[in-house]
Amino acid sequence: MSALLLPLADFTAPKIEYNELAPLLVVFGAACVGVLVEAFLPRPLRHLVQLAITVVAVVVSGVLTGILMNDNKELIAAQGAISVDGPALFTWLILLALTLISVLLFAERSIDGGLSAFAGQAAAVPGSEAEREGTAARIEHTEIFPLTLFAVGGMMLFAASNDLLVLFVALEVFSLPLYLLCGLARRRRLISQEAAMKYFLLGAFSSAFLLFGIALLYGYAGTMSLGGISDSLSTQTGGDTILLAGTGLLGVGLLFKVGAVPFHSWTPDVYQGAPTPVTGFMAACTKIAAFVGLMRVFYVALGGTRWDWAPMMWIVAILTMVVGSIVAITQTDVKRMLAYSSIAHAGFLLTAFVGLAQVGSGVHNGITSTQAVLFYLVAYGFPTIGAFAVVTLVRDAGGEATHLSRWAGLGKKSPLLAGIFAFFLLSFAGIPLTAGFTGKWAVFSAAWTGGAWPLVVVAVLSSLVAAFFYVRVIVLMFFSDLPADAPDVALPGWQTTSAVALGLAATVVLGLVPGPVLDLAARAGEFIR
Amino acid sequence: MSHELTWLLIAVPAVSAAILLLGGKATNAWGHLLGTLAPLISFAFGVVLFFQMRGRAVGERSETVQLFEWFSVGHITVDFTLLIDPLSILFVLLITGVGSLIHIYSIGYMEHDERRRRFFGYLNLFIAAMLLLVLAADYLLLFVGWEGVGLASYLLIGFWQYKTSAAVAAKKAFVVNRVGDIGLSLAVMSMWALFGSSAFATVNAGAEHLSKTWATLLGLMLLLAACGKSAQVPLQSWLLDAMEGPTPVSALIHAATMVTAGVYLVVRSHAIFEQSDAASTAVVIVGAVTALAGAIIGCAKDDIKKALAGSTMSQIGYMMLAAGLGPVGYVFAIFHLLTHGFFKANMFLGAGSVMHGMNDDVNMRHYGGLRTAMKITFVTFGFGYLAILGVPPFAGFFSKDKIIEAAFGHNVVIGLCALLGAGITAFYMTRVMMMTFFGQKRWDDDVHPHESPKVMTWPLIILAALSLAGGTLYFAGHWIVGWLGPIVGREEEHTPLSATVMTVITLAVVAAGIAIAVLMYRRDIPREAPAGSPITTFARRDLYGDALNEALFMRPGQYLTRTLVWFDNRGIDGLVNGLAALFGGLSGRLRRVQTGFVRSYALSMVFGAAFVVVALLAVRLS
Repeated sequence: MSALLLPLADFTAPKIEYNELAPLLVVFGAACVGVLVEAFLPRPLRHLVQLAITVVAVVVSGVLTGILMNDNKELIAAQGAISVDGPALFTWLILLALTLISVLLFAERSIDGGLSAFAGQAAAVPGSEAEREGTAARIEHTEIFPLTLFAVGGMMLFAASNDLLVLFVALEVFSLPLYLLCGLARRRRLISQEAAMKYFLLGAFSSAFLLFGIALLYGYAGTMSLGGISDSLSTQTGGDTILLAGTGLLGVGLLFKVGAVPFHSWTPDVYQGAPTPVTGFMAACTKIAAFVGLMRVFYVALGGTRWDWAPMMWIVAILTMVVGSIVAITQTDVKRMLAYSSIAHAGFLLTAFVGLAQVGSGVHNGITSTQAVLFYLVAYGFPTIGAFAVVTLVRDAGGEATHLSRWAGLGKKSPLLAGIFAFFLLSFAGIPLTAGFTGKWAVFSAAWTGGAWPLVVVAVLSSLVAAFFYVRVIVLMFFSDLPADAPDVALPGWQTTSAVALGLAATVVLGLVPGPVLDLAARAGEFIR
Repeated sequence: MSHELTWLLIAVPAVSAAILLLGGKATNAWGHLLGTLAPLISFAFGVVLFFQMRGRAVGERSETVQLFEWFSVGHITVDFTLLIDPLSILFVLLITGVGSLIHIYSIGYMEHDERRRRFFGYLNLFIAAMLLLVLAADYLLLFVGWEGVGLASYLLIGFWQYKTSAAVAAKKAFVVNRVGDIGLSLAVMSMWALFGSSAFATVNAGAEHLSKTWATLLGLMLLLAACGKSAQVPLQSWLLDAMEGPTPVSALIHAATMVTAGVYLVVRSHAIFEQSDAASTAVVIVGAVTALAGAIIGCAKDDIKKALAGSTMSQIGYMMLAAGLGPVGYVFAIFHLLTHGFFKANMFLGAGSVMHGMNDDVNMRHYGGLRTAMKITFVTFGFGYLAILGVPPFAGFFSKDKIIEAAFGHNVVIGLCALLGAGITAFYMTRVMMMTFFGQKRWDDDVHPHESPKVMTWPLIILAALSLAGGTLYFAGHWIVGWLGPIVGREEEHTPLSATVMTVITLAVVAAGIAIAVLMYRRDIPREAPAGSPITTFARRDLYGDALNEALFMRPGQYLTRTLVWFDNRGIDGLVNGLAALFGGLSGRLRRVQTGFVRSYALSMVFGAAFVVVALLAVRLS
């Protein structure tokens, strides 16, 4: 008896800061409730209830995050596993805001004859009798909502994880639902399933790199916590090869999620195949979570060896910008073009990341890298989801008409839609008075003050090349004749309308008065350890 | 004080543009009237501000108006601040004054275009952006206006989008301008790094502590920006194509205002250029080369608008040249900019009036003898012609003569370039006059040239009057020198010869240019030409012209022209197209890497991972 009780007496319950972790817990809790809803609620009610649960959870979590930001609380919670600091809270807030828009797109059911963009029954063979019956009975996978919540929860945890093991778990928590969501397209299911398969295989592959890197770093430092690794950099002597190899492999895993060259190859295939609302969600939210995770690991844990990894990151940043901008030129599919554009944007973000403009490193005026990246992520996220939302509306008999040639003369068919899309493209190109312009200024000036001026020159040149293909699409839409068999512009429901409107409003406001959001990013300060 | 309301200058056309562009068909009926009223209101207000400013003492004329803080990061703050000083108020008057006249003219010119309302919306947008450009008190805010005018220019060049050439020209203008924008972006970022701010006041104050290298670099970045916007060599190629836009656009944007923004930028940044001889010499050379190149291109074009576009390039080259000379030239760069704004807008609108009467034909070989058919257009165009030649007492005489004098004071070679440019200008402008208004009629029988309606001729008359009277700004007690000198700095030029002798020499060269052109084109109105193909006959005459003229001027001129045109087509365009092809090819090559096979993607990741680890180890080991 006493032999059994003894360990219990030594056991002290871990201290969990429930208040500070509430935004995370709300999202994960709501996701679990969503699973129960699937099990116990009759089918006709599920869509509405799931949507309501998701929206409420996201909004509540956002409000809680806002309260935490307002209280200016910064601490490392859950026994050193999660750091709830300024950048983490800021990231949570953007992730939740963008998720809200994405969920609206997910819930859209009026543009494809009353059906959502997702397969009714993922298990039914495309084109089979079972599928037709399912469609006729209006069966649909309302599981997408809890899956989204799990993904967002994972992303939030990823951006805040203060421990490599938590980082890995969070990575898997947000990746697995995404793999599933990718394969659920109603139209062109085979491409969609192929994309999901590719994403899964390559994702697993990159996870292996990440895990190996974590193991090597643990071997070097004897700890998984970011702060602990940072301390061991100054105390430890010897074992540099393990440290560097670990850094490299960990970097590979993170750069894969960011979509940096040469780990970008999944991006165009997956972006093209996934249901477009999911593509928008991934393009915006995954990139945000992955970037903040990348910065946290490399700044907090590996900041002491920055002179070792900075040259490698310089090369990756240059490759990413150049390859992303150049390959985008010959793309003939809107979604693939936006995929390469997102790769180029990852490169622009990397310039600020490797610019290493930090408070501690002699930056006395101007913007730090962390703030610049956080602002750019906001300025990139909103137009991205908005642009993909527009893509869902240009349709013909086969679903979305994503081939660029089908977009010719769209400006004559629907000036409003084409105008909005053109505005998003101008924002991606970084034309003044759009969000993209302010974002580019922020990251470039961070890189510049950090001394990475050659990167800035490459970045400016790449954005010139990039401007070319954005303008090409605008020219195609407005200056080409409308072909006879032009695709239709679907009349969106309130969900897509509000998603596009929110994306547009954010893009305009961030271009005209970026001050408040820049302030917010500045107040987020730096990562704590 | 009403200067606090300076923002209204910009807001009025901006709001009008918004109403016209968003209002849809509901505004079709009165859209053009609203669109014309907006710049008129801004102009009236500009006049009020101008006279108030005149009433103040010399040192108290500059006012800044802070509207709101645009953004603030760390120690860098960018305010939405406007600067209204003697330099910017002159631009305000030029933009809104000439702009208003061109708006009025456009009511008639675009009457039969079903998208007239949209046209006025874009024009208003342009006016607002251009005013923002000249009123900004911060380089970043200037950059916003800079991009805004670029956008408006792009929209207006491509306004007749059903013409492929117009769409292509619009794209070309956009892309070439982006090249110049790189210069401005880098300059602003450098300013932040060097001074911690991009406000004019801070930059001007900090400029004298700059190292030579940085001053030169900043100067060259700004020069690159100016070259792009002002169509200076080597970024001149877009301007000729930009003539695809409607003629009022060519007059307003591609002659009188937007293309001169580069000169404004250089003069505004005088504190930086004064710190670096290398940068200001580069400005002088770019200006001199463009002044000659533009003039020579002007000689080769049969398209009346393109001939005038070449002339615009050339005249802006003069302004750049003057701006590069330093305090000797700033005042005259701006003065010539103003007078050029009058007479070039006048001539472009005149060309539009001719086209209006000739079924939109732009080929001067199809004109001839129009002086009787369009009396008002002829006389007003003639005023512009005399002004650009620099015939006293027309406006161009005072502004251009001063630039040539200052150029001689700087360097004899540069002075000779400027003088030669004046001669060529006289030649090609006379050629335009002769081919359009004199000689036999060469138009087809179904063309019935007629004078344009009053709404188009009145702006011509007013601009013609300004082309004559613009010189008053100088000879009335050197008013412009006293007005601008305190802002941009002023030194007396030192010429090797006395000013009177210089003037006489210049006038003699101009007279020679006129004489050569008259001799060449007087005889070139062959009787048989209208029946057959006038183009071939004319071309042949061009080639086998008077032996003396050929030997003295025409042969080298044409040769140079051909070379230049060839270079323009093959060299610059070749480079641009070549780059596009290079990127396209590279892109296609890289795209093949994207095979679609997971296994090859995984392999590429393995290589990538190996590269990352090796790069890390290499850094440590080296």
